[in-house]
Amino acid sequence: MTLKEVKEILNAEVISGDHDLNKEIKCAFAAELLSDVLALAQEGALLITGFTHSQVVYAADAANLCAILFVRSRWPNEATQQLAIQKKIPLLSTSYMMFETCGILYEYGLKTCALKVEDGKD
Amino acid sequence: MERTDNNILIHKTFHIEGGNFPNAGTISDQVKKTLKEAGFPNSIIRRIAIATFEAEMNVICYAKQGELSLFITPHSLKVVVDDEGHGILDINLAMSEGYSTADEKIRELGFGAGMGLPNIKKNTDEMILTSKFKQGTHLEFVVYLDRQETHLPFE
Ligand SMILES: Nc1ncnc2c1ncn2[C@@H]1O[C@H](COP(=O)(O)OP(=O)(O)O)[C@@H](O)[C@H]1O
Ligand SMILES: [Mg+2]
Repeated sequence: MTLKEVKEILNAEVISGDHDLNKEIKCAFAAELLSDVLALAQEGALLITGFTHSQVVYAADAANLCAILFVRSRWPNEATQQLAIQKKIPLLSTSYMMFETCGILYEYGLKTCALKVEDGKD
Repeated sequence: MERTDNNILIHKTFHIEGGNFPNAGTISDQVKKTLKEAGFPNSIIRRIAIATFEAEMNVICYAKQGELSLFITPHSLKVVVDDEGHGILDINLAMSEGYSTADEKIRELGFGAGMGLPNIKKNTDEMILTSKFKQGTHLEFVVYLDRQETHLPFE
């Protein structure tokens, strides 16, 4: 699936990175915790999140993720957008909730991009 | 550490201000840039960038201030972090997955899951953590270059 297809399926708006929409998305990872992104997301993943601080772009860049999709119509500020442009990480925003966003993409065949955890207890 | 590597090719030091949450990520970004410019493979850069991000966050979250140094030698990438801050009373407890003393502000930034230190260990070949409680913390971690199959810039 390409980023362009993700945009169309979810009726998403492209915040930045318009010219990178042909990027192929192999898999996706959803998180509201940056520590989860750094620990579990695999390289090349599409990150689905509601988190819009600039730290989400730094974390995505550190983990070599390919794009960020914000849910619930979340929209990052100008500084975060500029950072994403500089890091060549396209940003998209959809009005769907996290659960719906993931469910729809899953239905369309997008697979998970997370490392398996052995034991999820605290 | 397994090997004393005296031949330092690049040494950079960065200051980290405790409590400066908006700045979080900028130090690991600088480290990543340095490694990229030096021509290291993405897989190695990724491991160091992730470990450095977590280390940087811990100084911002739990210390007044700290310094993070990157050492590049022909055989290794090493990061050393020293901070003045809360310190850690029980290192083993701090190292266990899920243990965290993070407050609301830290959680708002998406940290405080207690996965930082375990993830630093996971991404590096060696890690040393020592601390004087209520004084400060010393952390160092190394990725050995000759354990990688990928081509290195100075070969
Ligand atoms: N540099 C530090 N100074 C003081 N305490 C620290 C430091 N780094 C980690 N800790 C302590 O160890 C705990 C676990 O750290 P970590 O695994 O990074 O998880 P988290 O930061 O998400 O809580 C922290 O909650 C904190 O109590
Ligand atoms: Mg931490």
